[in-house]
Parts: sequence; C-alpha cells; structure tokens
Amino acid sequence: MNITLDINGKTTTASIEPRLTLLDFLRDVAGLKGTHAGCEHGVCGACTVLLDGDAVRSCLVLAAQAEGSQITTIEAVDGADRQPGELSIIQDAFCETHGLQCGYCTPGMVLAAKTLLQHTAAPSREDVREAISGNICRCTGYVQIVDAIMLAAERLQGRNQPADGA
Amino acid sequence: MKAAPFDYIRPDTLDDACACLASHPDARIIAGGQSLVPMLAMRLARPSLVIDIAHIDGLSAIRDDGDALVIGTMVRQAAALSDPLIATHLPLLAKALTHVGHPPTRSRGTVGGSLVHADPSAEIPLVAVALGASLRMRDSDGDIDFDAADFFIGPMLTLIPPTACLYEIRFPKPNAAYVGTGFHEIATRRSDYALAAAGAHIEADAHGRVQDIRLAIGGVSDFPQRLPIDLPTDLATDLATSKTSLAAAIDTALDTVDFVEDMHASASYRRRVVAELAGRAISDALNEITAGLA
Repeated sequence: MNITLDINGKTTTASIEPRLTLLDFLRDVAGLKGTHAGCEHGVCGACTVLLDGDAVRSCLVLAAQAEGSQITTIEAVDGADRQPGELSIIQDAFCETHGLQCGYCTPGMVLAAKTLLQHTAAPSREDVREAISGNICRCTGYVQIVDAIMLAAERLQGRNQPADGA
Repeated sequence: MKAAPFDYIRPDTLDDACACLASHPDARIIAGGQSLVPMLAMRLARPSLVIDIAHIDGLSAIRDDGDALVIGTMVRQAAALSDPLIATHLPLLAKALTHVGHPPTRSRGTVGGSLVHADPSAEIPLVAVALGASLRMRDSDGDIDFDAADFFIGPMLTLIPPTACLYEIRFPKPNAAYVGTGFHEIATRRSDYALAAAGAHIEADAHGRVQDIRLAIGGVSDFPQRLPIDLPTDLATDLATSKTSLAAAIDTALDTVDFVEDMHASASYRRRVVAELAGRAISDALNEITAGLA
C-alpha cells in the first residue's frame, strides 16, 4: 500500500507493507536513525516521536495508521530556526545537567519533554516525572533528566521575555 | 519483534467495518492499537486483516444524552482525561484515566479499545463495571447492547460477538446531591499493569445520606467485578462508625472473589492489597462527600 506522511515538514510517500511500524518507517524508509528502536513493544519509550504534536510510541503505531499525519522526530525537535548540528534548548539542557550517559533513551526523553513543555510552560517536578514516566533510562537514575527538563522550562519561559527585563 | 504479514483496510463507515468483520473470520479491529500492536509484534495475534476504525465519522465524540454520557469508542484516553463533561459527570473515570498507561500511550489508546481488549488489570473496564455502563455494538444484523457487568468473562475474554464492533459506551450520569469518588492501584512501576486496583463511587442526598455505593476491583481476578458493600447510611452523623465497619464489610465481600496468582503476586497478597485499596477508595469518596457537606 502507498502512504504519505509529513515528516519534519517534508512530504514523504512510500509503498509499504501494512505490518510496517512507524518506527521502522522512520528509520528504514525515511532514513532518520535518531528515533531509536528499543523494546519494540511499547515498554521503553526510546522510539517516542511527535504525531500531530503529541508524544507517541512509534513502535505502537502502524505506519499505515499515521497516513496523513505530521511527524516530528529528534532531527527536527526545535523547528526551522536552528542550523544543522545546533542543539535545541531542551537538548542543550540535557547536556548541561548531565541528563544523559549512553544516550539511547535521550531522543525519546527530549520529545516527551517537548510535548510537556508545549502544554505546560512552568511544570512541577511531579509533572515532569509523569511526562517521562513511560521512558526508561538505565544510566542516569532520572534525577538529572528531571533537572534538565526543569532547566529547559525555565529557559523557554525566559526566551519570551524582553532581554532588558522590562 | 516484527508482526506477521496482514492486510489493512480503513473503512469509512461502521457498516463497512462490520461487513469486513463478517467476511474475514480472523480479522481484528484496530482502534488506537496500544494493545493490539504489541500483540502483533509478539505474534500473539496473527490476523489476516486489520480493520482501522479511526477514520469512521462520529466515533470520537463525547455527548451528553440527558441521563447518560455517551462516549464514542474511538475517544482517545488523553482526550477523555481532559474532557470537561467527563470531569463533571464521571469523576471516577477521570481519576482512573490518570492510571491508564503513560501520556504517550494515552494519546493513542482509546476508551473502547481498552474495554474490548479486556485486560483484567485495566482501569477503564473496572470503571465501566463500577458505574454500570452499557456497551453498544453493531453487527450486520443491527445494534446489540451489553451491560458492562456481564460483558467481561475472563482474561482478554468478553461476550462481544465475533462480527460485532463496539461503537459507543453509555455511562449513566449520577443523579444525586453529592458524589464522592476514589481510585487506587498498586503496580510494580508507575502506570504498569495493576496488581490490584479499586474504584469507589458513592452518591449521597442533600443530607449526606448514602443513596448508592459502587465499588469495583480489578487486577486481582480474571475480570473486573463489582463488590456489594453494606454501609451505615447516615454519613453526616455516623462517618466514624461507617469507617470502622468498612474493613469488615470489604472483607466479607472479598470472600466471593476468585483471586489469581502469578509471578508478580500471590493470591493472598492480592487479597490483602485490594482490601486496603478498596478501603482507601471508599474513604476518599466519603471524604469528598463530607467536604461537600461542610
């Protein structure tokens, strides 16, 4: 069957088998390897992407189900206002607070954080823990990840204020 | 972790979906897919045809039908969680939904999918049983209604006819001066499968006298079930007494339950934990009513 998706602002059409997951579509058809394949049955959260703005597990969505949707992956986490290779505010916060070690869970964590911060500009630590409750990290113990998302929230709020504080 | 091959179809109408079910005996309906897709990946389910009902008009609406709130089968769990009608009329469902999966699964998972999947530990079936919801399905012969209380017959087993598609769920609206609710569960991790869960919905009149008490438990037996509970009726004057007799009432009711045992928890652990959770759920509900009276 043929499907058409908007992936990171680019229209992508491909002929696929119905059993192909959105995860495998992104990695193997669209060539976007930033979305990580972890457990492939919806437990670990490593494959989290945004579907029409909401965080979803791409291993739990058939590519066919996503027909016509807008998909955002880690490769375009902060839209068009950044140069290739430049980190988004959320990614930068993960680096500063040591919110990652091996990095396998990080794309999923960043996208889960992005959804949260889109809906909740000033989250509590409990809000952050709930938002990443479906994402497993085996390195950090989560504390620095929560720190990272809190830092990113603070910076994203600051971004909308005039530089002189007026 | 790759599914076996299957065909995929996306009908535009409920009747088309039913026709596909009738012509393909091993077809499966996919709603949000948050339970079915892992089963496909693990090849626990190997349908020849997957019927996607996400694009059928009218299945994603929540409407007020006077004495009932009618929830379309494709209403996403995240949408239900933020819906003002559900928050107002079905506070127990709103509380239970916060325990359903995680934000990324709630954004895809549906109310109807959870009911038909019938995981014994699932929260939405528990609430449907507690509140006496009615499940409306369509097959090629027309509509069929099931009471949630009769619908669940085993782990992942329901009375749904093989050619029927659930399309809406009717929850009766509480009709009382005061409503109090409580929902508690225990899982190995946040939002993992509940080892035990309990939900309570209590209605009281303007004087605080209990009119109706609905307690249901899940995760401890083959399917969610209601527990009959007798309580002192005059909460306004007798709250302390009612709480002391509560534990005994719950314990008696639990004698009728056939507790399951698995690698995660023994039957006796489940019984002890669900008794405590049921007590907390009822306490929460009574406290909400008392707070409303004050």
